[in-house]
Amino acid sequence: MINMQGVTKVYSNGVTALNGIDVHIEKGEFVYVVGPSGAGKTSFIKMMYREETATEGEVILDGQNLNKIKNKEIPFLRRNIGVVYQDFKLLPKLTVYENVAFALEVIEESPRRIRRSVMKVLDQVGLKHKARFIPAQLSGGEKQRVAIARAIVNKPKLLIADEPTGNLDPDTSWEIMKIFEDINANGTTLVMATHSKEIVNKLRKRVIAMENGQIVRDEQRGEYGYEI
Amino acid sequence: MKFNTTKRHFKEGAKNIFRNSWMSVASIGAVTTTLILVGVFLALILNINHFASNIEDEVQLNVYIDLIAEEDDISQLGEEIRKISQVVSVEFSSKEDELDKLMSSLGDDGEMWELFEQSNPLSDVYIVKTAEATQYRAVAEVVSQMDFVDEVNYREDTVDTLLTFNHYARIIGLSFVAALLLTAMYLISNTIRMTILARQEEISIMKLVGAKNSFIRGPFFVEGLLLGIIGSIIPIGLVVAGYYYLSNYVNLAIPFFDWLPFNPFIWQLSLLLLAIGAVIGVWGSVMSVRKFLRI
Ligand SMILES: Nc1ncnc2c1ncn2[C@@H]1O[C@H](COP(=O)(O)OP(=O)(O)O)[C@@H](O)[C@H]1O
Ligand SMILES: [Mg+2]
Repeated sequence: MINMQGVTKVYSNGVTALNGIDVHIEKGEFVYVVGPSGAGKTSFIKMMYREETATEGEVILDGQNLNKIKNKEIPFLRRNIGVVYQDFKLLPKLTVYENVAFALEVIEESPRRIRRSVMKVLDQVGLKHKARFIPAQLSGGEKQRVAIARAIVNKPKLLIADEPTGNLDPDTSWEIMKIFEDINANGTTLVMATHSKEIVNKLRKRVIAMENGQIVRDEQRGEYGYEI
Repeated sequence: MKFNTTKRHFKEGAKNIFRNSWMSVASIGAVTTTLILVGVFLALILNINHFASNIEDEVQLNVYIDLIAEEDDISQLGEEIRKISQVVSVEFSSKEDELDKLMSSLGDDGEMWELFEQSNPLSDVYIVKTAEATQYRAVAEVVSQMDFVDEVNYREDTVDTLLTFNHYARIIGLSFVAALLLTAMYLISNTIRMTILARQEEISIMKLVGAKNSFIRGPFFVEGLLLGIIGSIIPIGLVVAGYYYLSNYVNLAIPFFDWLPFNPFIWQLSLLLLAIGAVIGVWGSVMSVRKFLRI
């Protein structure tokens, strides 16, 4: 699914965020990316959906070299990838339903398919009954579930989450993790940057640990391994 | 492009105009002011052009033939004039013809000239036409050197003055209009910039979920287009009403000025104003989209 070789990222201000990353992630894997703030986790996952490009090295996604992909092809690349952030990024004036439908409208899906897919995915994240609410009327966990619904409504092959539980209390975090497990069980590759030691240590998956822009540990069924 | 997509672009574009109401009013106002001036200027210039070309058509070179010339001399002169390359037609008009023309052009006052029918004081004339109005000067010079030519004349002053006036009016008017068009375009592009900034969040989500760049740009083009088109409504109304008034009333006051007919001229002008409005609107948004959307 994802293959990185010698990936280095130097931002325009001179900061080296990634320094010689080699990694291979298989289709259907569930991967945690852990490490202290500033380690380069966000930069690492941004490489995967071409939010940033590598200064050096190669990023291959599903056989496509992301350094060489044309600007025109990026939208179509992103249609196969769902992204979830810590701060949800919902549109405040749109209802839950509209926020999710938005993702399909802007890629010009037919109204019929939009109606069907949106209701189905809201059911999947347990928010069908709040379809007409606006984000301000929802709890943090519910907002994140809307964001997840939006990210998976187009059935992506890869779901990327950048500290998705960072703003949530432990109970709510587990609800979110339950949804992620379901999504992954259905065959979607899942990459999640996180600071939650509890989640990583209880729900054992592959762990990629980063420090100073490098991968310092990569273990199947690994542990969080930091004391914070 | 899909019909639903176009519909969505128009809906979003219209929404943007209302969201940014003050900026929208300012840019529509700028387009309106600009197009009013453009409309008045174009109506003026096109009418002067029309008038000038009418006069140009009427211009002719009169070659007055010496009274002593015999019939052979006259026909030989005619041949020689025909040989000049710029000349397109040479027509002979006898002194009797000339007297008739003079009398009929003077109407009732012409009757007193009947006295001259016995001893006609006029000359035989060759009426010469050239391809272009600007060629009369050169042709007149050559012909005046020929044998049996008494005098040559054409309405040189009228034509030259009019063409010169037209020339300067065009230069001054055009640079004025160009400056106004740029101002209107700048205001529109600023309005679109505000919209882009206000919708940053939405745009970033669109990019994230894989909306095509053309899809993201769509509403901003529509916004510019609508600002331009709305801005052209008042100018078109004013130009139509003003020209209607002018061609119906003022026309009578200046009878010698031959106005371009209301129909179809004013409809063509209206269409042109609409097109200019649309173009500066779309161009204004292109400038902002390129600079601030970064896609
Ligand atoms: N857009 C950017 N421009 C410049 N520097 C950046 C940018 N994004 C991140 N950085 C820097 O790169 C380093 C890694 O950041 P990041 O990838 O966000 O790490 P993490 O997500 O692990 O906290 C940090 O030093 C950060 O300041
Ligand atoms: Mg981060």
